[in-house]
Amino acid sequence: MGAAFKLSDFLPLRLWTMLYTTLVRGVPDLVMMLLVFYGGQLLLNEVIDYFEWEFIEINPFVAGVLTIGFIFGAYFTETFRGAFLAVSAGQLEAGRAYGMSAWQVFWRIMFPQMLRYALPGIGNNWLVLLKSTAIVSLIGLSDMTSLADQAGRSTHQPFTFYLAVCALYLAMTAVSGYVLNRLTARYNVGVREANV
Amino acid sequence: MELFDFQVITTSLPEFWRGLLMTLQLTGIALLCGFIVAVPLAVARVSKNPWVSGPVSAYTYFFRGTPMLVQLLLIYYGAGQWAWMQAAWEAGHPVWLLFREPFFCALLAFGLNTCAYTIEIIAGAMRNTPHGEIEAAKAMGMTRFKALQRIVLPSSLRRMLPSYSNEVILMLQGSAIASAVTLVDLTGAARNVYSRHFAPFEAFVFVGLIYLVLTFVLVGLFKYAEGRWLAHLAPRKAARRKEA
Repeated sequence: MGAAFKLSDFLPLRLWTMLYTTLVRGVPDLVMMLLVFYGGQLLLNEVIDYFEWEFIEINPFVAGVLTIGFIFGAYFTETFRGAFLAVSAGQLEAGRAYGMSAWQVFWRIMFPQMLRYALPGIGNNWLVLLKSTAIVSLIGLSDMTSLADQAGRSTHQPFTFYLAVCALYLAMTAVSGYVLNRLTARYNVGVREANV
Repeated sequence: MELFDFQVITTSLPEFWRGLLMTLQLTGIALLCGFIVAVPLAVARVSKNPWVSGPVSAYTYFFRGTPMLVQLLLIYYGAGQWAWMQAAWEAGHPVWLLFREPFFCALLAFGLNTCAYTIEIIAGAMRNTPHGEIEAAKAMGMTRFKALQRIVLPSSLRRMLPSYSNEVILMLQGSAIASAVTLVDLTGAARNVYSRHFAPFEAFVFVGLIYLVLTFVLVGLFKYAEGRWLAHLAPRKAARRKEA
């Protein structure tokens, strides 16, 4: 979605997405998450006061999911933008020449080829995202990290528990690496690898 | 109620300033140490001997596969679990006492983390060294060490600049988690200001802007460095300028 905006011919749309991607890349996720969690609550209270609704509390889970979604939307935007540009124009023209509609060209020609270029970037983003989920523990969400914190405090064995969290994260990255390799192999069918 | 009160920011400026210094110190020292250690380890990483490259790749795999926050907590809170560590603390051992200092623990965690990423960046650049350059060095009768010192490292360290700039920016932003171990960096200052004035927008938006400015400065510096040391890799632009 963001990628489409950034490549759009319509200038204001492009400017907005540019602002969005620079903002997200220039501000730490933690700061943004704190802003959404605390600031969002304040803003929501104002709105609720205005309409005289009942009190709604933003729970840390929603704040965490919203922020991480917001941040990684920007990263994926950049990845997809690059990938869309990498698909050669001749392919699209050929699609049009066969009489496909714009939608058909997108799904049958653009998308499968774009995905091949985007996969390495998607993989990197995914691994970064996976690890950045650890910071939700700082806004009071009980993820693995904060559970390890509690368990470590009550048993006086923080090292053991944090190490266990590390092992779980490593397992997750290993599994994602495997899946990504499979996907890359699938989308690279018919492409000869450069022999360096 | 006003949503944005500038007075909150102006009265807390000294606190933000100290936070900024803390953030810059943490990231600066961690990046410097990480880089210095990373260069020889990157050479080991590309070694063909599995006994040399194996330990280094295990190290980078661990630190790149786990969140920096967990590494930081592991070092800061985890160290106290060991009886010998507590005994060393009781005895006042100067080195092990450092593990009680949040600043040292944050430096250690950040340094180890950035070192791991930097190793992979340098090693990647070394593997991409054009084969002909190495052959030429061999043909000139250089030993492996000489070739490394004169040919491979200078050119890889230049070619790594674009990816290293990403790492530096990620490190700057990653340092925001230092507030988890009671350090008052920029983010920590913002959290303090927030809890004192209950002013989330002022505190976090202002700090976000500072981070944004820092990022822009870093991006600008790296652009300048690339223009200086990577000019030879941008032939197309030069050709275009000649035509015009």
